[in-house]
Amino acid sequence: MTMPSEAPKEAFRLSQLIYDTRYRSMTIQIFAMVALMLMLSWLISNTIQNLQALGKDFDFGFLSQPAGYDINQRLVEYSSQSTHGRAALVGILNTILVAFMGCALATVVGVFVGVLRLSKNWIVSRLMAVYVEGFRNVPLLLWIIAIFAVMSESMPQPRAFREGGGASMLFGESVAVTNRGVYIPAPVWGAGSSILIAVFVLSIIAIIAFRRYAAKRQEATGDILPVFWISVGLFFIPSVLFYFILGRPVSLEYPELGGFNFGGGIHLRNSLIALWLALSLYTGAFIAEIVRAGILAVSKGQTEAAFALGLRPNRTMSLIILPQALRVIIPPLISQYLNLTKNSSLAIAVGYMDVRSTLGGITINQTGRELEGMLLLGLFYLLLSLFISWVMNIYNNSKKLKER
Amino acid sequence: MSTQSGNDLSYVRTEMIPEKEPPLAETGIIKWVRENLFAGWMNSLLTLVSLYVIWFIVSHIFPWFANSIWDAGSLTECREVRDARFGSDVSSACFAVISDRWQQLIFGFYPSSGYWRPLAALLVFLAALYPVLFSEAPRKLLLLSAADPFVMFMLLWGGSIWGPIAVAVGFGVGIASYRIALPIVGNLFAIIASVVVPVLYWLFLSGVIASALSSVLPIGLPFVESKDFGGFTLSFIIGISGIILSLPLGILLALGRQSDMLIINKISVAFIEVIRGVPLIVWLFTASLLLNYFLPPGTNFDLMLRVIIMVTLFSAAYIAEVVRGGLAALPRGQYEAADSLGLDYWKAMRLIILPQALKISIPGIVNTFIGLFKDTTLVVFIGLLDPIGLSNAIRASTDWNGVYWELFVFIGLLFFICCFSMGRYSLYLEKKLQREHR
Amino acid sequence: MKKTVLFGAMAVAGLAAGAASAATLDDVRAAGTLRCGVSTGLPGFAAPDANGVWEGFDVAVCRAVAAAVLGDANAVDFSPLTTQVRFTALASGEIDLLARNTTWTFSRDVDLKNEFVGVNYYDGQGFMARRDLGVTSAKELDGATVCIQTGTTTELNLADFFRTNNISYEPVPIETNAEAQQQYLAGACDVYTTDASGLAATRATFENPGDHVILPEIISKEPLGPLVRHGDQDWGDIVRWTLNGLIAAEELGITSANVAELAAGTNNPEINRMLGSEGELGAMLGLDADWLVNVIGSVGNYGEIFEANIGESTPIGLARGLNAQWTDGGLLYSPPFR
Repeated sequence: MTMPSEAPKEAFRLSQLIYDTRYRSMTIQIFAMVALMLMLSWLISNTIQNLQALGKDFDFGFLSQPAGYDINQRLVEYSSQSTHGRAALVGILNTILVAFMGCALATVVGVFVGVLRLSKNWIVSRLMAVYVEGFRNVPLLLWIIAIFAVMSESMPQPRAFREGGGASMLFGESVAVTNRGVYIPAPVWGAGSSILIAVFVLSIIAIIAFRRYAAKRQEATGDILPVFWISVGLFFIPSVLFYFILGRPVSLEYPELGGFNFGGGIHLRNSLIALWLALSLYTGAFIAEIVRAGILAVSKGQTEAAFALGLRPNRTMSLIILPQALRVIIPPLISQYLNLTKNSSLAIAVGYMDVRSTLGGITINQTGRELEGMLLLGLFYLLLSLFISWVMNIYNNSKKLKER
Repeated sequence: MSTQSGNDLSYVRTEMIPEKEPPLAETGIIKWVRENLFAGWMNSLLTLVSLYVIWFIVSHIFPWFANSIWDAGSLTECREVRDARFGSDVSSACFAVISDRWQQLIFGFYPSSGYWRPLAALLVFLAALYPVLFSEAPRKLLLLSAADPFVMFMLLWGGSIWGPIAVAVGFGVGIASYRIALPIVGNLFAIIASVVVPVLYWLFLSGVIASALSSVLPIGLPFVESKDFGGFTLSFIIGISGIILSLPLGILLALGRQSDMLIINKISVAFIEVIRGVPLIVWLFTASLLLNYFLPPGTNFDLMLRVIIMVTLFSAAYIAEVVRGGLAALPRGQYEAADSLGLDYWKAMRLIILPQALKISIPGIVNTFIGLFKDTTLVVFIGLLDPIGLSNAIRASTDWNGVYWELFVFIGLLFFICCFSMGRYSLYLEKKLQREHR
Repeated sequence: MKKTVLFGAMAVAGLAAGAASAATLDDVRAAGTLRCGVSTGLPGFAAPDANGVWEGFDVAVCRAVAAAVLGDANAVDFSPLTTQVRFTALASGEIDLLARNTTWTFSRDVDLKNEFVGVNYYDGQGFMARRDLGVTSAKELDGATVCIQTGTTTELNLADFFRTNNISYEPVPIETNAEAQQQYLAGACDVYTTDASGLAATRATFENPGDHVILPEIISKEPLGPLVRHGDQDWGDIVRWTLNGLIAAEELGITSANVAELAAGTNNPEINRMLGSEGELGAMLGLDADWLVNVIGSVGNYGEIFEANIGESTPIGLARGLNAQWTDGGLLYSPPFR
């Protein structure tokens, strides 16, 4: 018997590509790659053939042709003479607007309801449970349609605001809630208002800086500064002061009833509000469950320990429970934000002109460019989703438990 | 009667005074109300606000429900009945539209003599779930579950019984060719044979066999076309087939995402992220507007099938994420134990990892299904007649033009019942799994 | 043709439909049914009844073509289509004929590669408003909120109308007719605009139709007609002449009641040519000689279809107006059968 020596160096054989684990994974990957390439080229060649058969071409030129339709809610200048590309941009901004507003309100609703569902108050916790189950188990589309219809049926018509109409404006004749939407005063920027804005931004920066400083100081010395009141002071005092010093550069334009509708002010349309509310309430129900699970995930011992240290309940919540619960809450919260953003494409049900209704709806319909339009639409949503998850992941990483 | 003497100062009670009732505020309903509803001013405020909200909602909706009318042939008749019964300014629900059209909302245009078929298919589906969801069931039943998709297809679409059987036999052909090829050409080629032979069989033989058999022995149910499906039947079919068909693909994608092989990993990640990054409604429009561009010129198959394919791809990405969670939740030791037994990758996955990972994933899969089931309402935008689509079609008939809330209430209620019970079930499973893991 | 990979097996079960070949007529004959795209629901024009049977003015066109080609007015597969997917469904061969109150426009005919075969309803876009609003003309609508259905020519016309009159408006786009109706009734918009026929149909179902007025302005021409795929002229001819046959039958007094009797032969040569007792018109189209007898026998002539679905005796209650025969001052004018 000979002692086992080094493995004999063998010449490379083709069968090793299959049977040798060192090479097999490479083989499989190359196969997968080739299969994928073949598949893609098959799809593309089919598409080219089909386009030829239909006598169409692949061309994004339609984006620079006049759109011909009007859009009611536009954040940038747009008229029916603008291009399809411009219409798409208006739609994109509208999508982003409702997604952003929705995420913000959904978070507020979700946290509020999640905490209230844990309340000892029987009736409150039951009511919240009914809300959560009701919204989670009925399709969003139904809720959007229902909220839209409820709003248009229960709110007063603009005509009701005339003399003897029975409806009146809120907050000293400045806000009108009608069944066509809510009219709020619009700021009019006069001379010197840029200074005011600069002051305001500076005071915000000052608040953030002060909070950082206060947190550091608390960590180092244990002293607690009255952060809340100082923040409030910083928020209001400089801006108000400069407002008067500069001679009231910003004035408000109030909505006024004229003709068929209110004129002036900012018009938050019913479609926006209905979509916003439906998205927030629907997603809020999911977030409430996430928040509840997050709070329950923090063991009771943590609360007891905090009480034993002499912390008051609200400080226990903000210093002990929430930071720990947040770690459980954030990852599923990201996917809820993504869901909300994607669900905003249901805007079509209430005629909110988001990107799916402009680019993916009317534009495709009028130009017959479904391939190009859908491609752009898909790409936009994909980029938006990737952007949101990128931002939220950065936040998540900053909150993660730092294990050393 | 006391027996104490007058001059003895010491006082010994020899008899208990009868127990007093606890103070009124500390017992029964009052105590409960005080502790649960009015403990502290904040709590009381919340209670009052809640009560107001409940009263507000009930007072607005209740009369409408209470005065509902169930027997009328059209909206106009409904209004006449209401005027006669309650007076013309009373709000009143006209649920007569439901009693007139409920079959349509549930079964679509399915022939009424065949209403038992979708119901039977649903029962068959639930029966198939039993061995999957309850581990105490005999394992042999899983084979029956595997046969169920064919039975359901048969029940729903009907036609000759030989079509689904001929297709099902293909899987048997695959296994047989693996068994036969294994001793002759080795494992790898046997696997390839087990894929290629059935595909060839499906492409060239199954059709011939099926038509031959059905001409000899014409057994079967009356054929129902896809366009006759509608209402909740349609939602269920799209939801259930989406989930069943997406499971294998979803598991493969999850494994791919966990794989060390760079290209496989990247392909899986890209697929999952692209599918999840784009709303379902865009995918549905892709199915209805674009799928014909991607297929060979002249190919054309029905919209429902295209939607099912799209929904399958869509839910596969979500299932993949759920299964990935399950895989990640397994203790590392399980993987290492499988390796140390010398099992190869597929055996380790098949025997050790996946059975455990899938079990943990079931609640997540059920939740994905609930989401998908609700999302099937989106097919209304591409012209399929799901419950919402049918509600539009019903309103377009001159009898019911103008009916609005009643249809939505009915549809919402049915969705709620389905989704709520499934949600409860997934919660129960989750709790059970947690107990088992302790 | 079972070209699809893997779907071959499903094709056995009839799930995969056949491919569109050049000759639509042959495909329809082979399938035994006509695949017809209709609206997902428009009162009077297309809607399923309680038994799931499609009825309506557009549906009748589908049935007429089926009767001409297959001899059976019920041999129709109806595909409900939304405004967004209708042209794609036609182009991809999913349907053989689209009769979905579609306006015949230049770009749809030329750029989108459709072939309109005629007009079955002459419509125009109008406005409906509440009577107590006191509006008597659409030009007084400066600043009004207008409910429109999206995805149609309606919103383009609307933009054009307000721009040419230099007045402003606030569009409220709505996806379905039912929702638009609900919004209008709730007062969320001052006016509802769509095709005048749709306005009349909608108004007829209101609880108090008298509270609403249809304004006199018709701001657009909306010739609604059936259309087929570009590139199959033979099939286009069949649909075109079926439609013309319906119109000519009314003009010549052929009805579903007397068509069998007239088919035996009359002393009017045009009737004889149409009904096949003289000449070879059916064969020229590749159809049976009695094709129009089948059509009129099963669905009636244009006037009968109109009266049964949208005429003054129905709840929709539309007057013939532009859709009267040219002899009665309308626009219906069939080329001669010769």
